Amino acid sequence: MISKGEELLTGLKEQDPRAIGRAISAVENNGDVAADLLAALDQDLIDKVLVLGITGPPGAGKSTLTAGMIKTIREQGQRVGIIAVDPSSPISGGAILGDRIRMMDHALDPDVVVRSMATRGRLGGLCSSAGAAVRIMAASGCEVIIIETVGVGQSEMDIVRLADITLMVLAPGFGDDIQAMKAGILEVADFLVVNKSDQPGAEALCMDMEQIFSAKVEESGITRVLQTIASENRGIDTLLATVHRFAEHLDTHGIKAQRRSQALDAETLDWILEILRPRFILAMKDNPKQTDPRIRAQELINTIHNPHNITP
Amino acid sequence: MTKQQIPYRVLIGKPGLDGHDRGAKFIARALRDEGFEVIYTGIRRTAAEIAATAIQEDVDVVGLSSLSGAHLRLFPEVVNELKARGGADIPVLGGGVIPDEDIEILLREGLNAIFTPGTPADVIIQSFTKASQQHRDHDFQR
Repeated sequence: MISKGEELLTGLKEQDPRAIGRAISAVENNGDVAADLLAALDQDLIDKVLVLGITGPPGAGKSTLTAGMIKTIREQGQRVGIIAVDPSSPISGGAILGDRIRMMDHALDPDVVVRSMATRGRLGGLCSSAGAAVRIMAASGCEVIIIETVGVGQSEMDIVRLADITLMVLAPGFGDDIQAMKAGILEVADFLVVNKSDQPGAEALCMDMEQIFSAKVEESGITRVLQTIASENRGIDTLLATVHRFAEHLDTHGIKAQRRSQALDAETLDWILEILRPRFILAMKDNPKQTDPRIRAQELINTIHNPHNITP
Repeated sequence: MTKQQIPYRVLIGKPGLDGHDRGAKFIARALRDEGFEVIYTGIRRTAAEIAATAIQEDVDVVGLSSLSGAHLRLFPEVVNELKARGGADIPVLGGGVIPDEDIEILLREGLNAIFTPGTPADVIIQSFTKASQQHRDHDFQR
């Protein structure tokens, strides 16, 4: 009898949508087959895939831009994966994942693989699931993968770090929000996309951003501030061509490999915490104490390392 | 992690041409408040689009809303499209302005449950929870 893991792997190779969906659920829920499945994925395909992160404030046009990029990538004949991340409600744990609405035109295209994911309120935990989802999509033949997430909050920023290249989407008229984000933009984004570039204020925003990015352009000679009107599908060809040129630059200079290895380290740390969490929750229940949490934490770590309480 | 701690995934879809999505959005929010992860497809989708999305997103249950009167055609179409894509195990629940005599027909056609404007919200939520749990149990046996 073939195991569920093998069945999923065969399905992935055959690009079966059901198998892709189930495989992502298996890792997202940290199910029994997750480890075996991930170990058996095609590493060549994973190395080759280009992972783009798209982030930015709500309303800047991330989903519309993503939809436009899907269209262009498909016209170029490439298979594309999309991981759309939305926050879970901290109260109920539920989530409304609405990014699909703008991507529904591609619903029947078998070479557009979309997965909506909720942050599930885990500390960094999503990073590991999204990273695994990227690899599963790559193993199912996706050549470009887009991770789309709202650019507010730490966990979202962590997800973006999974990407080889990060695009920050802004639009004119966000005023103070952008002022507040300026400091962080350079650290996170490789490209700044000024969307809705036909609207008043776009030019000033571009000039502003070009100034911020001027230090980065020097490295590669590639323009880092680009304009789009995603709703009319304008500027997306140029955007993708520039991104691909930058991807080549990263590859030839070994920067892609370096970024991948950093991302894998971050994911590994996430998995460590994810795997240890249930054990520590149990240990806390077994050992209810009212000492200071910092001290109690160290005691619990010692207990788990040294389960028979033998003093060294 | 126990399976109860893993949120159920549900797709809420509006097949056909009517653009009245208040009911669909109300249910989407109510399910979110119960801890579901709700994938919303927006209005005016075909049965095939809804089924393909449900498969990609690996949902536990599909909820449909129709106020156009075309439910007798559209709801079973979604059930059949799911079947054709290897998703016969995914339960489909439907709601809308549906006359009593149609409810039995729809249940015979493979719908898991049907709700009308008079159905209390908590009854709807319970049905979604039950159908999702059954789907998960079935999944664990696989």
